[in-house]
Amino acid sequence: MAETTVTLAGVAKRYGALTAVAGVDLSLEKGECIALVGHNGAGKSTLIKLMLGLIRPSEGAVRVLGEDPAANRAVRGRAGIGFLPENVAFPSAMTGVELLSFYARLKSEPTTGLKDLLARVGLAEAAGRRVGTYSKGMRQRLGLAQALLGAPRVLLLDEPTSGLDPELRRQFYDIIRTLRDDGATVLLSSHALTELEERADRVVVMNRGRMVAGGTMAELRGLVDLPVRILLRVPDNTYPGLPEILGGLGTTQRINGHIIEITCHHHDKMAVLRRIIDLPLAVEDVEIMLPTLDELYATFMKRESPR
Amino acid sequence: MITVLILAANEIRSGLRNRWVVATTLLMAALALTLAFLGSAPTGNVGVDALAVTVVSLSSLTIFLLPLIALLLSYDAVVGEVERGTLILLLSYPVGRGQVVLGKFLGHTAILGFATVLGYGVAGLALVAGGEGGDAGARAAFLAMIGSSVLLGAAFTALGYLISVVSRDRGTAAGLAIGAWLGLVLLYDMGLLGALVADHGRFLSVPVVNALLLINPTDVYRLFNLSGFSDVGRFAGMAGLTGQLQTSPALLLAVLAGWVVVPLLAATLLFQRRQF
Repeated sequence: MAETTVTLAGVAKRYGALTAVAGVDLSLEKGECIALVGHNGAGKSTLIKLMLGLIRPSEGAVRVLGEDPAANRAVRGRAGIGFLPENVAFPSAMTGVELLSFYARLKSEPTTGLKDLLARVGLAEAAGRRVGTYSKGMRQRLGLAQALLGAPRVLLLDEPTSGLDPELRRQFYDIIRTLRDDGATVLLSSHALTELEERADRVVVMNRGRMVAGGTMAELRGLVDLPVRILLRVPDNTYPGLPEILGGLGTTQRINGHIIEITCHHHDKMAVLRRIIDLPLAVEDVEIMLPTLDELYATFMKRESPR
Repeated sequence: MITVLILAANEIRSGLRNRWVVATTLLMAALALTLAFLGSAPTGNVGVDALAVTVVSLSSLTIFLLPLIALLLSYDAVVGEVERGTLILLLSYPVGRGQVVLGKFLGHTAILGFATVLGYGVAGLALVAGGEGGDAGARAAFLAMIGSSVLLGAAFTALGYLISVVSRDRGTAAGLAIGAWLGLVLLYDMGLLGALVADHGRFLSVPVVNALLLINPTDVYRLFNLSGFSDVGRFAGMAGLTGQLQTSPALLLAVLAGWVVVPLLAATLLFQRRQF
């Protein structure tokens, strides 16, 4: 599993006085799905462009599939990369299937089976229509289809699910999972944090061109120590003395007659749960709410810009 | 090489799709036929070769029209794709940047070449079929005009690519393209003429004028077609000029080819350095 496909070492990119990204160290492994999050202008697209060799780093080194992507000899190696740009655009006079066969030829891939690929992204019926007549969501799906051409080893997807309806979104993540399980490296950049939370193996948070945090969701939760909320469903108006039972491990708040909310530190979670289980009266239900990526992200951002 | 051909084929296909090919070919054919038949009216039946006259009138028209079409076709080629966002995707494919420029250029040149050969060829064949085919010399002059027209078109296409690569947006590129056309097709000759009149032969010696004419691709084309063949030169009123300016047709063609290669190389080098 520890086969690195993409490495960024001390990478910075400046445009004149403007620093787009700085001090980025990142390595992506085979068979891994990484989420790149951050608001507009945080440097997500710049990182992806660096990995594609569209721009050269001002400092540091980028390696993709063992090559410097901006070097001339890396051109052939790009056959192993699938890319979906943010706001994907296509020459509008071509039909969907014509465009795909053009892109397939550029990757030296067979042009058979393109109908299947189009069907996979839900464009079977529109295959023979001009791309100019496509809706935003359909263009996005065509963009996905071209990125999937030739079973890429590295997939770089910039805002892949924008404009997709929930059903297509689910199908899209199914495709991504299959590719990842087959050993592809998948990098997703997105604003849709709740979606990524369940799908990404690792999350990288960017802010103003710097990597603020990176790791699995559990690691990120450990970094910020956001409170865990535990909801108890109990028989009406029982446990007035719960704070004493918890002994300062958490604060309690009675939401209504039979729901009590306990807020505690992440590392006290198990201790609190044990005490609840040991309660003499029946606790009808327990719901544990871990901090979401949304909340973690907000905390990272707050920490970055103290106001 | 295959990649270059794929890109060129794609450019041709999109030219067919958006009617550039049809429109250009029809325009060329219509103008050539008009000049071939209406243009020979003033000569009447005084034994002047209709085909040779057509070479004069058609090449004079080509100097204005073909650079304009070539620039219109090419100024958008790179900067337009940058603005529409399609280039970023293309460059993420296993395609070298030099291949992108060369492939697209070949596609556009093929479109222009097809339109020129077919459009002018039809007019030439019509004259021959009408019994006004002229002698072998006039036919050779006509074929040479078609060939050099394709070369002139390629030169201005290459220039359009250079403009397209250096421009930040399509508006700038369009402005530069119009500027290049005005400058090379109209103003250069007017300036040169004005300088010659004002100079009274003090500084502008024959070699200097010769060199100044060789700098501009449209003048090279004019010299090649209007003075290269004695008959044609006589009709074109260029005989006097030709007598003084001795430049071999081979050199003129080489200079014209240089006008294709140099802007294209410059465009490729600049494109390779560009960041997106």
